Amino acid sequence: MSRQRIPLITELPLVIWLVLVWGALWQDFGVGNLVFGAIIAYGVVNFFYLPPVELTGRFNVFWLVPFIGRFLVQLVTASVQVFWLGLTRGPELRNAVVAVELRSSSDFLVTATGHALSLIPGSLVLEVDRSTSTLYLHCLNVLTDDDAQDIREEVRATEAWLIRIMGTRTDLDALLAEERG
Amino acid sequence: MSAVIYVVGGILALAAGLALYRAVLGPSILDRVLALDVVLAIIGAALVLNMVVNRHLDNLILLVAISLIGFIGSVTVARFVTDRK
Amino acid sequence: MIQDVVVSVLLIGGALMSLAAGVGLVRFPDLLSRMHAATKPQVLGLLLFLLALAVENGSWLLVPVLVLCWVFQLLTSPVSAHMVGRAGYRTRHLRRDLLTLDELDDIVTRAAAAPGHGQGRAGSPAGDPGGGTPGDAATTAEEGGTDGPGAGSPRGGAPDAATTAGEPGGSS
Repeated sequence: MSRQRIPLITELPLVIWLVLVWGALWQDFGVGNLVFGAIIAYGVVNFFYLPPVELTGRFNVFWLVPFIGRFLVQLVTASVQVFWLGLTRGPELRNAVVAVELRSSSDFLVTATGHALSLIPGSLVLEVDRSTSTLYLHCLNVLTDDDAQDIREEVRATEAWLIRIMGTRTDLDALLAEERG
Repeated sequence: MSAVIYVVGGILALAAGLALYRAVLGPSILDRVLALDVVLAIIGAALVLNMVVNRHLDNLILLVAISLIGFIGSVTVARFVTDRK
Repeated sequence: MIQDVVVSVLLIGGALMSLAAGVGLVRFPDLLSRMHAATKPQVLGLLLFLLALAVENGSWLLVPVLVLCWVFQLLTSPVSAHMVGRAGYRTRHLRRDLLTLDELDDIVTRAAAAPGHGQGRAGSPAGDPGGGTPGDAATTAEEGGTDGPGAGSPRGGAPDAATTAGEPGGSS
């Protein structure tokens, strides 16, 4: 086979995730089951070859917990808001497609931001421009330019949280410098 | 508790009816895929309701399988629609 | 007793979220608005239902598989929503008269107006080797404009956009 070897360390997060999936599906976290799962996971990772996902090498759990809390609050407000819009506004809804330029150029972080945004208040990722890391979002109930500006700030705030959790060192430094003014 | 179960079942049936209405009405294939995705989610909800009422856990694997099948279905149709131009 | 109340509240909340998806699907005017109604309440609805199951069952061994189920949905639903939304935008299944602002259209039109730029970019998204992430399915906006001037398809030009705008969603 003419593909480059991927070092085990880059495959490790994927293998661990697959072992956890295996354990959860069997509802059995005994040692024997996990070892068998690890063998299968290693086989799967090598046999069904995927391009490696480039993680950033940083992960901050202390920022993750409040982020999950913020995410859940936004999830609830978004769902209730959509329900309310469906009941009250219905066909008279006005939307917008807003372009938001992100700070980071890492594919992984842009994907994570897009994922989080697709799940929280009134936004849906339509297109991603990788060369400028710009997200094009479809947003519900946008009437004025001020609403669009609010959405841009919201998106950049979400990205700032994700950079604090798992952004690259350079992105984090840029963010901190930006906040200092 | 049993009154709650009937209320929940009624709401789910109403939601499934609305989603099926959209699936029949269309107008495009993407609308139908979206509506059927919602129907699939409602089926998943009904499976959980069944597990809660009858106090068993047999449907859990079905639940995982349903969420993955819904994903594969809508992605396939979306790709098909994009490529056909 | 308390357990029953909690389970009941969670179940009714989850069912209302399904109802939100149903109401949104029927009442919203175009495909992309309906996608908001379909994806978001579903995620919360499934979470509430799974919580109800966990509270009812009260076993810790159940938690990983429930978390797994929800995480699968968290990972997959934005991807499928993005794919359907992108297909919908490109095949113009949206009503432009309902948009107060459309910054993606500006980009597509500009890319179509500069054919050299558009053609030059055509190969780059497909040829890029780092395609492991789901977000990479979203190629650049310029790609949408490349076939505008070349093949003369209606979606490149602004005047055609005005004529097709009312048509796809009009029957709702």
